[in-house]
Order: sequence, then C-alpha cells, then structure tokens
Amino acid sequence: MKHDMKTYIVAFAITVVIFGSAFALSDYLNGRKASQLKSIQDNISLDILSSETQFSLLSELACKNVDHSVLSQELNSLSEKISYAEDNFENTDELLKLKKYYTLLEIKDYLLMQKINERCGLKNVSVLYFYTTSDKCGECAKQGYVLTSLRDKYPTLRVYSFDYAVDLSALRALISIYKVEDTKLPALIIGDDLMTGFQSVEDIEREIPSIVKAAKMLAPKTESAKSATSTGN
Amino acid sequence: MSIPANFFLYIITFLALYTQVFLLISFLKNRGQIRKDGELKHAKILPSATVVVPCWNEEKTLRKTVGSLLALRYPKDKLKIMLVDDGSTDKTWSIMQEWKNNPNMLLFRKENGGKHTALNLGIEKATTDLVGCLDADSFVDPDALMRISTYFSDPSVMAVAPSVMVSNPKNIVELAQRVEYHLGVFVKKVLGMIGGIHVTPGPFSFYRREIFATLGGFRDAHKTEDMEIAYRMQANHLKFAHSHSAYVYTVSPNTIKKLFIQRLRWIYGFINNTIDYRRVMLKKKYGAFSLYTIPSGVIGLLTVLYLFSTIVYQVGLFLAHKISYWKTVGFHPALHAPSFDWFFVSTQSIIILNVMLYAVVAVTLYAGKRLIGKRPKFSFDIVYFLVIYSFIAPAWIVKACYNTVFRKSTSWR
Repeated sequence: MKHDMKTYIVAFAITVVIFGSAFALSDYLNGRKASQLKSIQDNISLDILSSETQFSLLSELACKNVDHSVLSQELNSLSEKISYAEDNFENTDELLKLKKYYTLLEIKDYLLMQKINERCGLKNVSVLYFYTTSDKCGECAKQGYVLTSLRDKYPTLRVYSFDYAVDLSALRALISIYKVEDTKLPALIIGDDLMTGFQSVEDIEREIPSIVKAAKMLAPKTESAKSATSTGN
Repeated sequence: MSIPANFFLYIITFLALYTQVFLLISFLKNRGQIRKDGELKHAKILPSATVVVPCWNEEKTLRKTVGSLLALRYPKDKLKIMLVDDGSTDKTWSIMQEWKNNPNMLLFRKENGGKHTALNLGIEKATTDLVGCLDADSFVDPDALMRISTYFSDPSVMAVAPSVMVSNPKNIVELAQRVEYHLGVFVKKVLGMIGGIHVTPGPFSFYRREIFATLGGFRDAHKTEDMEIAYRMQANHLKFAHSHSAYVYTVSPNTIKKLFIQRLRWIYGFINNTIDYRRVMLKKKYGAFSLYTIPSGVIGLLTVLYLFSTIVYQVGLFLAHKISYWKTVGFHPALHAPSFDWFFVSTQSIIILNVMLYAVVAVTLYAGKRLIGKRPKFSFDIVYFLVIYSFIAPAWIVKACYNTVFRKSTSWR
C-alpha cells in the first residue's frame, strides 16, 4: 500500500508540472502576441510620421503618391487584434497602453487624410465611430457589424473607431469638438455631421453618395447584384 | 466566462489530467509484468470450469456462441457448458435440443426471472472449480479459457476478466465502439495490475466457485449484475486479474438508439451501484478501486457533462453573434477564404491544457492498441468515436442521472 501511495503522489506532481507548463506556455505566447502588437504599432507610427514628413517636404508634389499611402487597412487589422487581445489576454495594463497608442495613431491618420484631401483636392470619406462596452451601449455591437460590412463593400471608406472610455487627452479633444455624448452611443461623424444611435447600412450609404457612386461605376454589374441581395434581406 | 465557472473548469481539467497521468504511470511501472502476462502458458494443474450461458430469446446468435465454446482448446473432461433458458418465447429452447446428447453440455429451462437468476441457477448446479459466464451474444477465442485459467494458479486470485472486443464491426456506430473497447483493454489491464477492477464483464469472466458460498449469488443490481459482483468482491478484499490476451467478441449495438439504451443501463448501474457501495468509497483499505477507479469514473462523467455544456454554450454564443450580424447587414456568403493568422489561434491556458489532455489520451489509445498486438495507425474509427461519443454520451449520462433522481429503472433492450 505504501508503494501504491507513491504512484498517487508522483501522478499528482506530474499533473502539477503539466499544469504549470501550460500556464507558462500560455503566458509566453500571449506575451509574444502583445509584442507583435507593439511592433505593428511602431511600424504604423513610423509610416505615418514618414508620410507626414514627406508631405510637408514635398508639398503639392506629394499628391501624386498620396493614394499609395493607405494606412487604414493596417489600422483595421490592428484594431481586430487589439479587441481580440482584450477578450482573451489577462495583462490589461499593457493592453490599455496599446489601445491608447492605437487611438492616437488613428487620430493622426485621420488628420493626415484631412490634410491630403484639402491640399490635393481629393474626396476621401472618413467615418469616425464612437462606441463603448456592451453593457452601456446595447447597439454598439450591431453598429460594428454595419461598419465592418461597409468597409468590406467600399474599400476606400476609412473608418476610425474610438472606444469612448479610453482616457487619452487627444481623444477627449476630438469628443469635445464634435460634442459626442456618452449617453447617445453609438455615434458616427461623417463629414461634419454627427449621427447618434444605430445607423443601418442604407442610412450610412445615403451619407456617402460619392463612394457609393464610385463603387457602382467601377463594377456596375456586381454592385447591382449585391444591392439587390441586401435589399432582399 | 465568470470566475467560478472558470475555476470549476480548471478543477475538472486538473482531475481529468490526473486520472490519465496516474493510469500511464501505473502502466509504465507494470509494463514488464504486462508483457509476460500476454504469453500463453499452461497451468500445471488445470482447474475444471463451467461456462454458464444465460439465454433469453437468443435464437439468432446461440448456435455461434455455443460453437465458439465447443471450439475452446481446453481438456473436455474439465469443461462443462451449461445453457440456461430463462423463459424464452422464441425458438431458443428447441435450438438447445441440438446439444442434448453432448456429454459436456447441460441444459436447463426455467421461468423468466432475469439474467442474474439464470446465472445463479448455473452456479447452484455447477460442481467445477471455476464458474464463468458468457452472454449468448458473445463468442470466445479458442485460447481464451486456457489463458484465463493460468491466472488461477495464484491461489489468491478469485476472479479473472477477459478482453472484450466488438465482433465484426461494420457500420459507424460499431466502429466507434471498437475504439472504445481498445481503450478499455488498456484501462482494464492497468486496473487489474493495481487492484482497481470494478466490473467483471458478462462475456466470459470467471470466478472461483467457492466465493459464491460466502458472498452469495448474482443480484439484479440495477441490471448490471457483472458490475455489482465486482463491487461486492472489492468490498470483501478479494483479488482480481485481467487477462488482456483472452479475447471474447461481443455483438455490439449497431444503432444509436440501441447504443443509447445499453449505455444508459451501464451508467445508471455505475451511479447506483456506487451509491449502494458508498461506504467503501475513498477509503485507503479498499485500495485503487476505492481511491482511483470509482472517483475517476465520477470525474469522467462530470468532464463529459461539463465539456458538453461548454461546447453548447460557445456554439450558441457564436450562432447568436452570426444571426445578429446577418439580421443587421444581410447575409453575404464570404467571397474569399478567411486568411490564417496565428495571432487569432487561442493561446489561453485552458486550451493548451485540453490539447495536453487529448495528447495523453492519444498515448493511452496507442498503448491500448499495442497491448492487443495491433499496429497503431490512424483510422477513421477515432473520428466516429469522437463525434458519436461527444454528442450522445452527455445524453445518456443526463438521462441516467435523471432516472436515478426520479427513481426510474432502466431496461435491457
């Protein structure tokens, strides 16, 4: 019996070791992911800074190259990764920092875009989207689906999403400029118009006629088929 | 997920992992002995044996069952085959008459009273050293009895269980069970080595006849008499062995419904026999049976239920999201395949733990196949096993719990 009890103890010790290694491995991999996020952000930051500098240096001449410096696609994928990390990782302090950084990058990208539009006479449309957690904003999840679907449909549409709760002075300034109230979320700013409450695909499409028109001209057959499908649903 | 739910999940995973690790360590410790056990030896003095075959409406399989018994390589003067017709309403009794002149065979007919009563009649009439039983839907390997008899050379061994296999599996349900039975061979062998056997299967388990004089005969025991006798023997500190190379083939349920009824009876029997014998649970003096086998069985049931409810919850959540998405923006089938990014592969500790748990189970399955002399290779049986058992096992476990709470009994067929 003494011998038997040894097996119970050894099995317990091995199980504890396996458990410990699973936790350590999980920690290590999550750390790798967090540093991956950080490095993506650093790259974007570098790109934005470089675009800004290039733009200031070359002035009007830069308009020729400006269409190629589309950064928001990278920003979108980063946003997906950050929200995934928020749901799955435990290290919230680090994440909060990353999120602030990301918010700042979005604002910088938005401002650069505005400047480019102004100087080069382009008509890129940006949507600023303010959301908060699901317990405070029941319709934010749905609004997110609408914007994701619009972004897939119109790749030139630039969507900047901001978590209302992020404590960043630049974000507070943006909020106060457009007078976004936390009780009226979700809120969208298209052009200079503030729209509060849930907006459907059709509502937003009415606000971005230039993009819709351009998309229709590019692919007339596919688009008409697509819109027929969406009205059918 | 909430903190208590997460905590419970970790506890369950820890216990499930512990039971598997324990099993593997016990196997590694005893592997030399297990290998030796697999060789066919002849006992110096062979014990005499009676095989009792309780029959209730077995006209379809009886001839094959008896045929396999008559083909056993065992001295004819030491072997008796006893067929007990337990009030069949088909041609079972008239088929039995085919062997009425065979000196090795004894035929009895009685009113229907249940399998345990037929077995008890056999025990009462038997005069041999050993008494074994064989369900009338099972067939034995010619060397099975010879292999089993060698274990009785040890005077302290009171019962020996064989390796039960699925007879001629053809459809998906039977192939899935074959995986489970292979896994069972390994588990039973290790349990046999550490004194933790909790069931002496209806097909071809043998007992020393003398034990019935002190313990009494078989009982109805929630229609799992082969489990209850093992519990009773464990409660009386009697020793078992498992002969992994003594093969017996059983006709397994070939439909989901039949499998459900059989497993409901088994799980109901496990729960209720465990309740009946709760006095011997978690006590050191009853050994591995009390400290390992039964607790790991309970952990197994909880794991299946918990994993199932988690999967249902997660799938429900995913569907709710998708439906809400489609309702909001309309249904657009994806035009391009989603791109793979390892970033979105979950690296939560619970997922890693579950992968590790499956890895340990895979090692167990590998060792089980090696033990029965099969070369382990991938087959689709394991996919059938995982699919059928993941989705249907929770149903029979829930029903067995429900029947226990509301005191509903189970049926044989």
